[in-house]
Amino acid sequence: MKTFDYARADSVADAVAARGRFIAGGTNLIDLMKLQVETPEKLVDISRLDLNRIEERADGGLTIGALVPNSDLAADPRVIAKYEVLSRALLAGASGQLRNKATTGGNLLQRTRCYYFCDTAAGCNKRAPGSGCEAIGGFNRIHAILGTSDQCIATHPGDMPVAMRALDAVIVTQTPGGDKRRIAIGDFYRLPGDTPQVETVLEPGELITHVELPAPPAGRQLYRKVRDRASYAFALVSVAGVVTMEGGKIASAALAFGGLAPMPWRDAAVEAALVGQAPSDAVFAAAADALLAGAKGFGTNDFKIPLARRVLTACLKELTR
Amino acid sequence: MRFTINGQSHEAEVDIRTSLLDLAREHLGLTGSKKGCDHGQCGACTMLVNGRRINSCLTLAVMHQDDDIVTIEGLGTPEALHPLQAAFVRHDGYQCGYCTPGQICSAVGMLDEVAKGWPSHASADLDAVTLDDAEISERMSGNICRCAAYPNIVDAIREVAGERDEVAA
Repeated sequence: MKTFDYARADSVADAVAARGRFIAGGTNLIDLMKLQVETPEKLVDISRLDLNRIEERADGGLTIGALVPNSDLAADPRVIAKYEVLSRALLAGASGQLRNKATTGGNLLQRTRCYYFCDTAAGCNKRAPGSGCEAIGGFNRIHAILGTSDQCIATHPGDMPVAMRALDAVIVTQTPGGDKRRIAIGDFYRLPGDTPQVETVLEPGELITHVELPAPPAGRQLYRKVRDRASYAFALVSVAGVVTMEGGKIASAALAFGGLAPMPWRDAAVEAALVGQAPSDAVFAAAADALLAGAKGFGTNDFKIPLARRVLTACLKELTR
Repeated sequence: MRFTINGQSHEAEVDIRTSLLDLAREHLGLTGSKKGCDHGQCGACTMLVNGRRINSCLTLAVMHQDDDIVTIEGLGTPEALHPLQAAFVRHDGYQCGYCTPGQICSAVGMLDEVAKGWPSHASADLDAVTLDDAEISERMSGNICRCAAYPNIVDAIREVAGERDEVAA
């Protein structure tokens, strides 16, 4: 590990003024620092800031502090009762030890598990811009089929952000200039394009302070994760879904996908194919067609295209039962 | 930095890069916690920090100023084993023993999580948790045993969990 300066922040204002790399749970950052994939010059420890509460708002939604651990968020009775898709997504991720440490804000910023990103001997445009992408033409079983570019095909590895995408969460930040920003999660992540090293719209030094969930959605909620082992593995394909039915027809649908793209993926065309329709195999097939119209495999991840179709169909059957 | 480990307060001066695991093993001589992968994948380094189980390899010592840390050495002694230590011996919950301190610290933290009513990925109903074998396996998935002593590890944990339920009842 390369050495670094360390400062412990006592307030949000302190933290953004310190102009360093934030560390809270550290489960991802320290791992990558050991590999020298991450080499921050200065760590700003935000783990003792007063951002670890979950509070109800007047509009019926929840405001979640950025330092609330994944374990606590998953077990919160309000989350279990009203946002089951979020509890389920959190519980499908990582291990008990990691969930006790990993935070809400940090989880949003989790880095990809692309093998080439994690190997400093390999070319990777995300880690070392301009060094090429060895995943393209390489071993890419875990890589993306949607939203890729000729510079990068890495996936976002998270589960929690996929559920938050289906729930239309809002990310609240503080900029180094002291301004508060509210960013819809749909606007938060960036596709790789020609700059795969830029993953979000956060400015340098901008700190996530909270995540807001809107008032709880009606209808049935589900998180389904398909992976290589039954526990403690990243998603090959995951689906977060919230669907309401009225008079035998689908009245609303919010569907977000993990394991398929560089960001938690949501496509309005998928939902448009469902809303107003009575559930049927043909309707579910149309939704899958909409999701996968632009899908592109890279060899060892080709299987994700039919797998995504089958997982989505299974989830829609469950959600419209 | 200042912290409490196994009930004793300590002060230490360490390189900024030192993990909590290396602090215990290399600076305090507490070699019970093991370094398996050093990347949070195997769980051999599991400790209890302020009552919660964490991977001590994935956290910097310097971030634990004033924290209360418990390692396997703080759970029991050879003369007075912790109930989980005794159960692992009784059920032969290991072969080589390298993962065992982490397994036991993790199980202590896990049973506290169950007592708090925390659900898991294996819980059909997130409101009502019953600790069956599927639950134990899911909740212990962050601890790898290369000798694959899993059946006996599950037996040991189930026995201690059952005794707790009887005491509670």
